[in-house]
Amino acid sequence: MKLVLQLKEVTKRFGSFTAVDQLTLSIPEGEMFGFLGSNGAGKTTTFRMILNLLESTDGEITWRGKKITYADSDEIGYLPEERGLYPKLSVKEQLVYLAKLRGMAKADSVKALKTWLERFNITEYENKKVEELSKGNQQKIQFISAVLHNPRLLILDEPFSGLDPVNVEMLKQAVIDLKNAGTSIIFSSHRMEHVEELCRFLCIMKQGKPVVEGDLVEIKRSFRKKNITIAADYDLRFLKETAGVIKYQETQQGCRLQIASAEDAPTVWKQLTDKGFVSKFEVEEPTLNDIFIEKAGESYA
Amino acid sequence: MRKFWIVFSHTYLSRVKAKGFIITSAIFLLLICGLFYLPDIIERFSGNDEDPVVAVIDETENEQLYEALHASADGYQPELFEGTEEAAKQAVEEEDYEGLLVLRQSEQNLPEAAFYSMQLTNEVSDDIESQLQQVKVAQAASQAGIDEATIQEIYTPVSFEREALDEEAKTEEELAGSQGLVYILVFGLYMSVIIYGMMIATDISNEKSSRVMEILISSSSPVSQMFAKILAIGLVGLTQVALIAAAVYTMVQVRGSELDGGFIEFAGIANASPITLWFALIFFILGYFLYATICAGLGSVVSRMEDVQQLVSPVIFLVVAAFILSMYGLGSPDSPVIVVTSYIPFFTPMIMFLRIGVLGVPAWEAALGIAILVATILVIAWISAKVYRGGVLMYGKGGSFSQLKQALKLSGDIKNKEK
Repeated sequence: MKLVLQLKEVTKRFGSFTAVDQLTLSIPEGEMFGFLGSNGAGKTTTFRMILNLLESTDGEITWRGKKITYADSDEIGYLPEERGLYPKLSVKEQLVYLAKLRGMAKADSVKALKTWLERFNITEYENKKVEELSKGNQQKIQFISAVLHNPRLLILDEPFSGLDPVNVEMLKQAVIDLKNAGTSIIFSSHRMEHVEELCRFLCIMKQGKPVVEGDLVEIKRSFRKKNITIAADYDLRFLKETAGVIKYQETQQGCRLQIASAEDAPTVWKQLTDKGFVSKFEVEEPTLNDIFIEKAGESYA
Repeated sequence: MRKFWIVFSHTYLSRVKAKGFIITSAIFLLLICGLFYLPDIIERFSGNDEDPVVAVIDETENEQLYEALHASADGYQPELFEGTEEAAKQAVEEEDYEGLLVLRQSEQNLPEAAFYSMQLTNEVSDDIESQLQQVKVAQAASQAGIDEATIQEIYTPVSFEREALDEEAKTEEELAGSQGLVYILVFGLYMSVIIYGMMIATDISNEKSSRVMEILISSSSPVSQMFAKILAIGLVGLTQVALIAAAVYTMVQVRGSELDGGFIEFAGIANASPITLWFALIFFILGYFLYATICAGLGSVVSRMEDVQQLVSPVIFLVVAAFILSMYGLGSPDSPVIVVTSYIPFFTPMIMFLRIGVLGVPAWEAALGIAILVATILVIAWISAKVYRGGVLMYGKGGSFSQLKQALKLSGDIKNKEK
């Protein structure tokens, strides 16, 4: 596995405030890297440092082994969380200009943009002004602006927000295709199911520091707490008192428990079989959502 | 550098192709053509009309006053009225006549008159009065036994020549011509600094408010973008100026021989000195850069149009102050206030130009003024670039000057390797 983007002990201070603290990250080539964290955890600041909008106070960011500079901007695509396009320019003018700024010749960008518009079924908007487009379609244009110039590194900040499920699938497939074509992608989102679905590696930030980092499977395995989904036709509330149960959540069929570790599952099972028939009892790996809330949660409180 | 030109050409082309630019340019061109044909137009309007007819009742012997007026009447036609004064007034009220003039002989045997018209503001009455005055002088003189030639002599204006000993000074004709030209150029400078300065500030804050800025600055360095914008919009301004200059030049060529009197002569356009025009160009460019760099820095810290207005208003105030000063300076270009302010960089483009244009100043004075101005532009460009780098990343509310400080601080934070 080749690491293309590396952050080594990167720190960013604004006056006395430390936004990013000794962050060390490695982004593998041709993979999707989930970059998570609650609001204000330092994600945008990190992106801005990778994009050269901010210079790190300390540490080093390297792209293909060399310190990243503006000269690398042609190889980077960026979809910021705050969407931004020229409202008065047509889709074509806009995309051609932005691609030119990423070092793409006009003829190439016109050809590429036609392919993308076709793929997203919005060819009829080529000469429409962006302000006349629906929000979902603006989003697609924004996405195209980030990928039109075939970036080697793609930074996606909440790429699917504000889209209907059909369009989410469409964009998701596009992202997966880009990844398979060898693009390294940094993906930031608060939708944990998307991250879980798309990313093999991830990092959860909290107050400028990574609290969880690595392979998603490893992370889940090493997270001691497990979930149990139970379906039964009698009152399960007594389980709240069982040793090892951390969280109790009622569902339509029964309940969902979080237990401190896998060893607590037999205790729960025993309690249940004393009571009666259970139609479902399943011990599950924790979801990313559980891990996120656990690790980054305190700042939400 | 390649991206600098991409931003430059994009900004320039999108501005020049914009409706606003095309419309204002068209209006300017029409206005210029109009000014050159203004004398013709005025003539056409007044020339078709016959001179107004004035009814005259002459009570003097042999109607000698009427004869005298009739002989030299200009701008009106006197016509003897057969009938009573009452009937004549009636006729005026019915608008058969422009007015009624009743002529009498006073006890000293001098002319006396009364004029009746619908309104007191009647141009004809002034003409008649001055004409009658001459008749009266002639009569009074001949009664006193003075002959015609003596009177002529009395009325000839005294010979009075003005000549400046300063070699830089302009001749009297040059002075009159250059004042008009300078007035127009200073006004142009004033307008363009405000228009294009605002254009820069709005352009930048628009990119911020539409949030496209973040994408732009991730593609190429913000400082190079700022200068690309300033240059591009400066070129837009020069394009407009060139269009206007070309129009004026063409009109002068086309109508060169017929340009006498009126606005065109006042403006001294037909025989403007090339040095004045070169200085106008230099000060246009420098003045633009001075205010454009300030506006670019200011535009970068705000993200809403209302805030742009608020933040730029002190700058506009400076420009207006410079303009008012130069209006005063046009009349007294060598007053100490004007001399001193011509070295203050914010005023130099207009006031130093005015001094050069109206009076002519020693070369070293002009050079000093320009040097101070250029140095100031460099300093401001440096500060603005710093503000810009931080400002484009800021999304706060309000357009206060504390945001400038914040932007500078952020800009410092952006590059603080050593800390």
